[in-house]
Amino acid sequence: MAEATLRVFRGDADRGQTVDYRVPVAPGMVVLDALHYIQGHLAPDLAVRWNCKAGKCGSCSAEVNGRPRLTCKTRMDDLPQDQPITVLPMKSFPKIKDLVTDVAWNYRVNRKIPAFTPRPGADWKISQLDVDRVQEFRKCIECFLCQDVCHVLREHGKKEQFAGPRFFVRVAGLEMHPLDGANRAGLLKDQLGLGYCNITKCCTEVCPEEIRITDNAIIPLKERVVDEFYDPLTMLFRMFRGR
Amino acid sequence: MTANYETREHDVLIIGAGGAGLRASLEALAQGASVGVVCKSLLGKAHTVMAEGGIAAAMANVEAADSWKMHFRDTMRGGKMLNNWRMAQLHAQESPDRVRELEQWGALFDRTESGEILQRAFGGHTFKRLCHVGDRTGLEMIRTLQDRGVQQGIDVYMECTVTRLLMDGGRIAGAFAYWRETGRFIVFKAKSVVIATGGIGKAWRITSNSWEYTGDGMALAYEAGAELMDMEFVQFHPTGMVWPPGVQGILVTEAVRGEGGILRNKVGERFMEKYDPKRMELSTRDVVARSIYTEVKEGRGTEHGGAYLDISHKPAEYVKKKLPSMYHQFKELADVDITKGPMEVGPTCHYMMGGIRVDAETAQSTVPGLFAAGEAAAGLHGSNRLGGNSLSDLLVFGRRAGLAAAEHAKRTSAASIDDAQIEQAEKELLAPFSNSGTESPYAVHRDLQEVMQNLVGIYRTDEDLKKALVELEKLKERAVKASVEGSRLFNPGWHLSYDLKAMLIVSEAVTRSALARTESRGAHSRIDYANVHPVWEKKHNIIVRETGGMKRRESPVEEMPEELKQILAAE
Repeated sequence: MAEATLRVFRGDADRGQTVDYRVPVAPGMVVLDALHYIQGHLAPDLAVRWNCKAGKCGSCSAEVNGRPRLTCKTRMDDLPQDQPITVLPMKSFPKIKDLVTDVAWNYRVNRKIPAFTPRPGADWKISQLDVDRVQEFRKCIECFLCQDVCHVLREHGKKEQFAGPRFFVRVAGLEMHPLDGANRAGLLKDQLGLGYCNITKCCTEVCPEEIRITDNAIIPLKERVVDEFYDPLTMLFRMFRGR
Repeated sequence: MTANYETREHDVLIIGAGGAGLRASLEALAQGASVGVVCKSLLGKAHTVMAEGGIAAAMANVEAADSWKMHFRDTMRGGKMLNNWRMAQLHAQESPDRVRELEQWGALFDRTESGEILQRAFGGHTFKRLCHVGDRTGLEMIRTLQDRGVQQGIDVYMECTVTRLLMDGGRIAGAFAYWRETGRFIVFKAKSVVIATGGIGKAWRITSNSWEYTGDGMALAYEAGAELMDMEFVQFHPTGMVWPPGVQGILVTEAVRGEGGILRNKVGERFMEKYDPKRMELSTRDVVARSIYTEVKEGRGTEHGGAYLDISHKPAEYVKKKLPSMYHQFKELADVDITKGPMEVGPTCHYMMGGIRVDAETAQSTVPGLFAAGEAAAGLHGSNRLGGNSLSDLLVFGRRAGLAAAEHAKRTSAASIDDAQIEQAEKELLAPFSNSGTESPYAVHRDLQEVMQNLVGIYRTDEDLKKALVELEKLKERAVKASVEGSRLFNPGWHLSYDLKAMLIVSEAVTRSALARTESRGAHSRIDYANVHPVWEKKHNIIVRETGGMKRRESPVEEMPEELKQILAAE
């Protein structure tokens, strides 16, 4: 059977280095299969997060050959086999051990976002068209690969100021819910730091659910914020209405 | 010695953060209880996310003739009358309200032309009653519940595994757990505990279940003295992926058949005509699974040992819209375009109908203060579950368990924690680090999976089941000797050595019950007893822990009231 070399990070928050492992390659094998092989035969304490192995739970995020990917959906035969395949933990989150990182910050950000708030007197008849538009955002499996790749978090570490693409998708999923009545524009502008996004679109490139994060979620939300806070006409009306 | 743990106190402790656990936590919170939720994986990543079919509810949005009575009837017939009739009744009656409630909390479903929640057909349901959104209803449900839970104020202990329930005399006092990240210990004091830990598929080699599904909750309840029931009824879903090897078992949702998918064998026959000409592909899962198994066994299987499931006769855009996950799953993992050609599918271990025996109204187990809901509980589905009835189960009985757990906590004084139990739990958990020898937990797990797959699968015999019991004993001895290296910092080998214990308890319970039931009913098929038997129609198998070890008893099926019998009799 063919073999490949996986170069996997072993270590924790303080220290670590990559270690090479030889793994047999079976047809259709994915990187997660290779990691399981290492766990089962070579390094029983290799720390790997995973759950469904079908690309639906978002647990197995890592960086394979430099690219943020779900390891359960990364085919070995899509990668060059004649050199080591590097598997590193997500860079933007503090290391815990090996490929497992501390993603708790994401759950803290989530608390800042007001939940779905039905408009008073909402009639629960919804059109399929309205559902289709917002379904794109609700497909998010919270793999956090978009958070991992966004330079605002990855290179500039702006975790206090910037919520990251995942949460703009979440807000879009709420704002565009046909029956939601809350207004999150102020939140986007101030606490969630929407302005930091400069439309680089790396998030869209890595999303395993192919959510068009920048074009369909972030830009429309930016337009809402601009309409509400920076449109001269709106500001004028506000002066008269005294809001 | 016992001061190396942190302590938390809640009125209600919920173990498991899937649909049932989260729904229970919301209800308990609404009753004013302080609620803690412990989960093995990250919040929002429980196995519920995989559910693709939909939520069964007799809302009659698409077919006006539907009613709770019809849903009740379909559920009882699917379960071959072994269901707890009261649970089946409550489930059918309350499911529509639970769906509407979920919608009011923000869940979005596909709609009918007139803007109501759309419902689709599914195996064993006489009317179209599955409320769904594309093929990711489970994800929609868990996100809605998780977001509401977080906003309402539940405390979530993520990546934390409970290894033992703590008892005060005969009642619940709390739980002992460890943090997966650091390996450090945590003791929860609680007046009520709800077990919502799901099923046990990881004990079989080919399964659709996630990593988490090691039967933890059932083992915890068993060790605490609670009764387990109907353990022999393990559902093998007819359509799991078959090729390539790494994806064997991954689910191909029944929705493919609900949307018009057709099963064919190697020679192109639509073989369901032979096994259930009336319902064809939408027959109940046990029938379809056995049909595919038989076709393969008799030499009419596909190249990799399955059947062909074909939906390419439907327009490509329709398939991509209604079944996007399936489209991507096959494209990316198997290089198959389902809009152009058939999928290869075969049976996979999917769901556990049996579990912790509970009271229908309160979801309380036979141990006071210990409740169970969702897949971990037994009774609702009898000997075979209908698709769509699990998501509705989670909402209906998750709510009831949370309600009863909160009420129980109000009525109960705090229990006292026994240090001796904590010491023993610590010692057992740490043993693998000091075991000398070379037994690897991964090797034991692999061997367990082979035993269950080969000897306690879809078709069972007396000889195979007895052999399985012998093998399980050997595996138990090996598991006790399993050793691990490294530190307690996120050490999956160490985690597995505890999970193995749970899997072995549950596997033994399944095997003993399967051996005893000398008939074939629902999902339990005996080659040596191929028909239903009137004596077994009236009996459940009960598994309980006694001083000598695991014991099996029988318990009569509760008879249903006359008016419900009439619903079943009517055509």
